[in-house]
Amino acid sequence: MITIEQMTKVYTMGEIEVHALRGVNLTINSGEFIAIMGPSGSGKSTLMNMIGCLDTPSSGRYALDGIEVASLNDNDLSAVRARKLGFVFQQYMLLPRQSALANVEMPMLYRGISAQERARRAQVALELVGMGNRLDHRPNELSGGQQQRVAIARALAGSPSVILADEPTGALDSTTSEEIMHMLQQLNREQKLTIIIVTHESDIAAYADRIVTIRDGVVTTDRKNEVSHV
Amino acid sequence: MSNQPQRRVLEPVSDTGRNGLDYRELIKVSLDSLLANRLRTFLTMLGIIIGVASVVSLMTLGNGASEAITGQFSALGTNVLTIFNSRPNRGPGQSGNIAPLTMSDYKAIERIKLPIVGPVPQFSANATIAAPAADKSAGILGTTADYAKVQSVTMASGSFFTDANVQGASQVVVLGSSLKTYLFGSGEAIGETVRINSLACRVIGVMASKGGGGFGSVDDQAIVPITLAHTRLFSARTSDGNLRVTTISLSVIKAEDIDFTQERIQMTLRDLRKLNSDGSEDDFNIINQASFLSSLSTITTLLTTFLAAIAGISLLVGGIGIMNIMLVSVTERTKEIGLRRAVGAQSRDILLQFMIEAVVLSLLGGFIGVVLGSILPIVLTVTGTFNAPVTLNSVVISLSVSLATGLFFGIWPARNAARLNPIQALRHE
Ligand SMILES: Nc1ncnc2c1ncn2[C@@H]1O[C@H](COP(=O)(O)OP(=O)(O)O)[C@@H](O)[C@H]1O
Ligand SMILES: [Mg+2]
Repeated sequence: MITIEQMTKVYTMGEIEVHALRGVNLTINSGEFIAIMGPSGSGKSTLMNMIGCLDTPSSGRYALDGIEVASLNDNDLSAVRARKLGFVFQQYMLLPRQSALANVEMPMLYRGISAQERARRAQVALELVGMGNRLDHRPNELSGGQQQRVAIARALAGSPSVILADEPTGALDSTTSEEIMHMLQQLNREQKLTIIIVTHESDIAAYADRIVTIRDGVVTTDRKNEVSHV
Repeated sequence: MSNQPQRRVLEPVSDTGRNGLDYRELIKVSLDSLLANRLRTFLTMLGIIIGVASVVSLMTLGNGASEAITGQFSALGTNVLTIFNSRPNRGPGQSGNIAPLTMSDYKAIERIKLPIVGPVPQFSANATIAAPAADKSAGILGTTADYAKVQSVTMASGSFFTDANVQGASQVVVLGSSLKTYLFGSGEAIGETVRINSLACRVIGVMASKGGGGFGSVDDQAIVPITLAHTRLFSARTSDGNLRVTTISLSVIKAEDIDFTQERIQMTLRDLRKLNSDGSEDDFNIINQASFLSSLSTITTLLTTFLAAIAGISLLVGGIGIMNIMLVSVTERTKEIGLRRAVGAQSRDILLQFMIEAVVLSLLGGFIGVVLGSILPIVLTVTGTFNAPVTLNSVVISLSVSLATGLFFGIWPARNAARLNPIQALRHE
């Protein structure tokens, strides 16, 4: 459960102030599959970074599962990221010389999960994304779509409250993009995962149940997606 | 969707409430990272290996060399004074007529009552020495029986010649250990006859090795009564009918008498050579083994310092190598740091990981460096070419410098990267 009230973010670059977020209000419930849309530079990534506890807002309120994030120090933010959040990046961001299994296990290292349990969960997660037969492959032995599947397994292996995916299909061709989106949709329905994706393509956003549009750092539309793909 | 495999559901994690890595996991993460990037690991270690190996080998060889040099000269006896026939401060072009050192000088010194063993006259020249099986051009030293006492000669077999041999100009010879081996191999030499410039001489003794090797060592020489050398082997007569000698040496019984003895001999020789009447400079030179040794040790210290300086430079170069690769690798790894931070690593986890990687690299590289650097000295020592035991000093110095460089340049850039906001680190190109 995410509650955002009047969130602003101002970047200061020397003399210039960039108002990336100008008062965002947003509530996201558990189990939702939500797409954030908007033109380039509208503040989508900035909002995702705030939700992902990777950066702190300039003002406003943000509560994640009842935790007031604004009051946390760096170590507490790390702990929240480790337990509550799973990230999927446009560029996959896998450790290049480590196996798929090792990549998926990696985040669980930082929250006191035993080696045995890490390996078990990583394997289940890789099976869930259809990579159960590629456990020992290195990223350079996998296609882009397969790498993104490994990255999704990494995000969900620790059962986070929310999976955040900023342009997860941005580096993939359209067929692979559809496969990935279909898989995310299924994970949302079967695993009851809360998923937030950022995209500027309506085809991609169409897989979500709810579509939020932002423009110049404020939410302009927020609607249910009646015709989501099956 | 018809052929979906049966799906499992990931149950929530039963949270331990623990953050960060424990030390076992940290070590595993660091080792995994080093193993996964073997080339980078090897290149980083290379700087350390080269630096440490050169410090260990150069410092060890330097030490061995100076000990060999000083050892060779102290074997000659520290209380020995040697009188040479040369001017102490003769500049170029100042040739002049120098009266050669002769038996008269020797007898003049013998006549003074001094607390010494000797003096002994020494006349050296080269001659062909032939045994039935082999012959060789060797240094022949003519001297008196006291030579054995002054130079502390120990015999491997047989005996040194006697005063009677000297008085009678007996055709006898004492061989240095290397020369004996050359002429007779491992066979018996005592009682055999050798020909020195075709004069038959009986071998009556073989000296024990003085060691040290080197040029003009007594081990390569043959020693005969000086009377034999003067009268039968070489032409040693000067224009005024005296007999030339190359050096005169003597051993002062107590070290505290060295300076006084040296002065007395100097006065005696100046009188004899009539240098006092016109205030000329000395035309002979008295070398005091002890002061010679101390100036020698200045030279060997210089040698060791010089080698240590070269070693230090290679350690520095090695250190710069480590620094370079560590800096580059942290820049390359900033994305990795960003990723680890994004998925929940605390800055401390990142810092410790890089620290352990640096420690392992430095220690392993240092260890390999010590092993490689010891190979040459150990081979030289074992084969008997050169005695150069590996010094603890060189190992400790090189290891601590490499560890310090490795740690500093491993941790300092990693600390900066760990402090970055995860977003900045992730976006790093
Ligand atoms: N770290 C930053 N420093 C300065 N300006 C930034 C930074 N990140 C984003 N911005 C600015 O904030 C605005 C929103 O950026 P972003 O959230 O990345 O947009 P989007 O993801 O929708 O394309 C842009 O004008 C961008 O230039
Ligand atoms: Mg963006």
